[in-house]
Amino acid sequence: MALLEVKNLHVGVEDEDIKILNGVDLTLDTGQLHAIMGPNGSGKSTLAAVLAGREEYEVLEGEILFDGEDLLELEPEERAEKGVFLAFQYPVELPGVSMTNFLKEAVNSVREARGQEELSSADFLQYMRERAELVNIDADLTKRSVNEGFSGGEKKRNEIFQLAMLEPRLAILDETDSGLDIDALTNVAEGVNKLRTDERGFLVITHYERILRYITPDRVHVMLDGKLVQSGGKELATKLEEKGYDWVREEAAAAAAA
Amino acid sequence: MTTALDTDVRPEDRFISAFEVNHGQTLNGTSASISQQREDAIERFAELGIPTNDLELWKYTNIAKIIDRPYTLPLGAEPASVDPSQIEPFLIDGMDAHRVVLVNGRVDESLSDIGELPPGVVVSSLAQAGKDHPDVVEEHYGKYADFEDEAMTALNTAFVQDGAFVYVPSGTVVEKPIFFLHVTSTDQDLFLQPRHLFVVEDGAIAKIVEAQHSLTDTQTFTNTVGEAFVGEKGNLDHYLIQDEGPNASQVHTRAAQQKDDSVYSTQTITYTGEVIRNNATVEADGSFCESNLFGLCVGKDDMHVDNHTRMDHVQPDCNSNELYKHVLNDESTAVFNGKVFVSRGSQRIDAYQQNDTIVLNNEAQIYTKPELEIYADDVVCSHGATTGQLDDEGIFYLRSRGLSERRAKILMLQAFTEEVISELSIEPLRDYVTDLVRSRFATYV
Repeated sequence: MALLEVKNLHVGVEDEDIKILNGVDLTLDTGQLHAIMGPNGSGKSTLAAVLAGREEYEVLEGEILFDGEDLLELEPEERAEKGVFLAFQYPVELPGVSMTNFLKEAVNSVREARGQEELSSADFLQYMRERAELVNIDADLTKRSVNEGFSGGEKKRNEIFQLAMLEPRLAILDETDSGLDIDALTNVAEGVNKLRTDERGFLVITHYERILRYITPDRVHVMLDGKLVQSGGKELATKLEEKGYDWVREEAAAAAAA
Repeated sequence: MTTALDTDVRPEDRFISAFEVNHGQTLNGTSASISQQREDAIERFAELGIPTNDLELWKYTNIAKIIDRPYTLPLGAEPASVDPSQIEPFLIDGMDAHRVVLVNGRVDESLSDIGELPPGVVVSSLAQAGKDHPDVVEEHYGKYADFEDEAMTALNTAFVQDGAFVYVPSGTVVEKPIFFLHVTSTDQDLFLQPRHLFVVEDGAIAKIVEAQHSLTDTQTFTNTVGEAFVGEKGNLDHYLIQDEGPNASQVHTRAAQQKDDSVYSTQTITYTGEVIRNNATVEADGSFCESNLFGLCVGKDDMHVDNHTRMDHVQPDCNSNELYKHVLNDESTAVFNGKVFVSRGSQRIDAYQQNDTIVLNNEAQIYTKPELEIYADDVVCSHGATTGQLDDEGIFYLRSRGLSERRAKILMLQAFTEEVISELSIEPLRDYVTDLVRSRFATYV
């Protein structure tokens, strides 16, 4: 059974006559890393948001199966418990919510749902230190409020750190690479590579090919106007970087006309 | 001795005739100056009248309506027997304190546990202090809470009988908090007017915690006036927890004066009550003073909470911080009107004032008005107010990490209030307030 199966997914915005996704089909297995590329406004982030359970989107048609289970029936926290993790494009600042309290509550609620025991405070701190080290995050970050006053790079790295803490089965990275300098980019990529396992699948949404030089995708998909119109190996990413999206658009139009 | 207030006449006249009938029933009736103040105060009260919504300072709080109820005005010590087990729930876990219990505004020694105080320190009833330390009372009483423009302060002053008293002499440190537990116990609708005086002399340090609770379901109104003095290089933390239940209304007036290099920090936590008006005034009457005014209100049902503050900078080189936060649910209403006043010549003042409110639904209301009035030109003063709902983005972020919607909301509300609570300098009190607030939030979502 595939880890994630998206079938003919059509999505609009609640209460508005806008359609964003127009029939997305995607299958992702554990141990795989797929990249979704595409120009701005093509619907990449909407797909990520719908997978994570954001409520302002309305699924008009199609289905999403996670381990064969209907994901759309689940609340965002239930998805997290089952192992869906979204690294936000714009991580939210939560003044006054300490990283440690937040992570402890998140880790323990996810553990509880997975039938694991709650971590004691000491065990939790130990675990947090280990995971911070694994993804090369300054442990001082955990003493601050969630994302408050973090630089852009720190926020993105903090998402990877949370990914390491929560150990999801499916990790969706929504433009985690955008806005990063080269050091932060390689740091994020190293974190992702360390977290790639046979039990976990990754969906990496990106605008640029550069991150895929550091994390090698098994498949690359191109999204245009709310549809995945091309799929290929990692060489597809290089081609997009060199030639842009016009040729994809032309081929898609030709295919539609045929 | 009591006087039932006759509701057929206008409320002002009820108080005035009660005053005349009971002439002489007072704190330390032998002190000429206090007696004279009482006479002046009732006269001023008669002129001012009970505040109505026509007054800008009372625009959003209709206190006249609440006062116009058939309360009983106790004019002597009301006999009330409170069992120690009844005050047990109001004690603060882990707070080792010099405890004084006041029942209906009067110290009850059998319930109190003052313990050992440093030499020279006095913790007693104001009535007792009037006898034992007339010089201290004479020097400070009625000097900071001005009744010229405040009818409710005038009314309290006219009827002054008893309340709490603290005296910390120069250079003395009181390490444990002094805890005043105010309890109302009655089977009548009572109108109470306690009067407190806290004097912390030069270089002295003290922490005072006041908590207001009630053992009755009757309607009560408490018109409190408290005065505090902090001498040069002195330091006073002064905290108030308001938790008298849904039938208790009050006007609580606090006026503090500080001298050079002193620190005064006050915080008001409003948890329950019907209509509550707090007037907190701090006068930094010395250079290099630090003044901190904090407040937190977690509203529910139809609670009405009005915080008026005034920070008076009348000397140069001082700083003040003010932060009031509200979380409002159900049909609760909050009012915030803070004024920072900087007099001519009070240069190099650094004053900060902020009011932030989270309104959880469409019925709850906040009226907020931060104000600055500045007559000096070399100052840094800022003020602001924010009102909003819980951030949906933040809630979604937390839920996407496995927290339930309920836990996400509670965590965010706790984070919002933490900024104020963390300013409390007594750890057991901080824990107590954190638990109070958390249990309130659990009823919200």
